[in-house]
Amino acid sequence: MIDVLYFAWVRERIGLPKERIETGAATVADLVAELRLREERYEAAFADLTALRVAVDQQLTGFDAPLAGAREVAFFPPMTGG
Amino acid sequence: MTVRVQAARFDPGAELAAFGQGRADIGAIVTFTGIVRDRDGGGLHRMEIEHYPGMTESAIAAIEAEAVDRWALRDSLIIHRYGPLALGEAIMMVATAAPHRGDAFAAAEFLMDYLKSRAPFWKREVTADGADWVAAKDTDEAALTRW
Repeated sequence: MIDVLYFAWVRERIGLPKERIETGAATVADLVAELRLREERYEAAFADLTALRVAVDQQLTGFDAPLAGAREVAFFPPMTGG
Repeated sequence: MTVRVQAARFDPGAELAAFGQGRADIGAIVTFTGIVRDRDGGGLHRMEIEHYPGMTESAIAAIEAEAVDRWALRDSLIIHRYGPLALGEAIMMVATAAPHRGDAFAAAEFLMDYLKSRAPFWKREVTADGADWVAAKDTDEAALTRW
């Protein structure tokens, strides 16, 4: 089980801020592929991965990052702080 | 070294007055304050900032630690707000204190560049027509390469 979090327009497109997912995905990219097959709203959110950033256990990383042992994955658009 | 992530308003002047007090090793303080600005052409009702509780604090701490590592910082202050913000209100503030101004300026610019695109905040502009997420600029990402 892994907690998957969504922020900003990713959260809006998917329609929820957080969900717990049972997955055997080895990498973030594998998890994204699983999610895209679920429903249209996931497909809409993950259509363009270049527009997305990902953090595993609150560390910014890439879509090729492994998920072994990870508790939390978050998807969001490029950050706009400051 | 202080990091505060908060919804509440703050007074940049009062923060500056308290910053670096009582120290004999500080010769320069640089501050930056980010303010909610109207859209070009007007119409902004308010700004809303979403963040990633937990990661926000750890990402800012990591950015600050790198600044401390690279420059002769004696103290630093980072305040960043989230939630609804009114036009003209302070969004965030960075202050750096160093023996000399070069380190204080450089560290403040470094902190700002990294806070903009490596701290998990997302700005949304609310107008009469609805709400738009602010898009990150390519120049924000390019700004990181100079460090």
